[in-house]
Amino acid sequence: MSGAAGATPSQTVGPFFSFGLCVADQRHLVGPGHPGAIRIEGVVLDGAREPVFDAMVEVWQLDEHGGRGDGFGFGRCGTDAEGRYAFVTVKPGGPGAPFVAVLVFARGLLKPLRTRMYFPGEPGNDGDPLLAALAGRERESLIGVDRGGGVIGFDVHLQGDRQTAFLAL
Amino acid sequence: MSESAIRRIADGEEGTVHPPYLHPDYRSTRLRAPLRPLIMLPESMHDPSGPVYGDDPPAATDSDLTAQHDGEPLGERIIVTGRVLDGTGGPVPGALIEIWQANAAGRYVHERDQHPAPLDPNFTGAGRCLTDAEGTYRFTSVKPGAYPWRNHQNAWRPAHIHLSIFGRAFTDRLVTQMYFPGDPLFAADPIFQSIRDERLRERLVSRLDWDTTTPEWALGYRFDIVLGGRDATPVEA
Repeated sequence: MSGAAGATPSQTVGPFFSFGLCVADQRHLVGPGHPGAIRIEGVVLDGAREPVFDAMVEVWQLDEHGGRGDGFGFGRCGTDAEGRYAFVTVKPGGPGAPFVAVLVFARGLLKPLRTRMYFPGEPGNDGDPLLAALAGRERESLIGVDRGGGVIGFDVHLQGDRQTAFLAL
Repeated sequence: MSESAIRRIADGEEGTVHPPYLHPDYRSTRLRAPLRPLIMLPESMHDPSGPVYGDDPPAATDSDLTAQHDGEPLGERIIVTGRVLDGTGGPVPGALIEIWQANAAGRYVHERDQHPAPLDPNFTGAGRCLTDAEGTYRFTSVKPGAYPWRNHQNAWRPAHIHLSIFGRAFTDRLVTQMYFPGDPLFAADPIFQSIRDERLRERLVSRLDWDTTTPEWALGYRFDIVLGGRDATPVEA
């Protein structure tokens, strides 16, 4: 044997991950009292529009200054019986259109689904090269919905005519 | 094509070692696999990344799954160790590895696992550790049992340990399963078989390691993990 070893393939997270992966609270990237705190919430739905109750959503993002101070930037939330997840965080700062990088794991997903949530009403959205390459429902699928009161809705459709736009790993 | 061009690519054609989303033999993929082509971002548009996973570093005891309760769990005691490497073969120090598994009877500590095998009051089945400067990790546990599931008539999962790994970058994120050598259930398991290439499947099979095996105490298994999802030299079809 010589040279670099081969990459390790992915396998599904399965249905029983919560006691291993979702014990600590990783839904709060900031405390609810943090200045500018927002809530990102949504449901994960399958191709029959049934809630995916055994999914795990992970997010990565920059902080409000566009940096990664103090290890900021990672969140994880398992979905509940109705397929719901939620994070408390801040809108990322920095140049360009702000977005949150998203991975979805679940029973039945042999590798994670990768997508992005952009923020509604951002002037930078029009200049974003990913959003610019998409149109109609597909473009809409990547932009959160302002639900008022600092809540942004972001539903993930795994399959079907409203399927979220997913990025290759 | 310009450097910033966004391409579409079919599931399974991304050039990774990973299985496709849609593998109908694994029933749960049928309504969960995305059926539209995936969007391939150019390198210049990668997501923000870093070895970030929260601020709760593992304790030393988190890596010994046999020492988390008052008594010792039933089952074959095992040591699982290996290195986390990047795509060039270099070590990844400080990588967080989280594992979870069934007990020796094949039962998970999870409310939705209701198959009639006993829980073990001395075994939860979850552990965490960080790799050291050489990229090495090490867990002590018991060998998980095979268990039935409802995918098809007489569906049984081969014994496996689930692993979740954070490397240096967003693209290093990996969740996988480690299997044990020589398991007769491999051939009938649609999750293992979702990886079409036998040589790629073999990468998920640990090997019995006499150097790790501790006499009169525990069998040792070795399992190296290579992050990044792409081979330096692609596997020929």
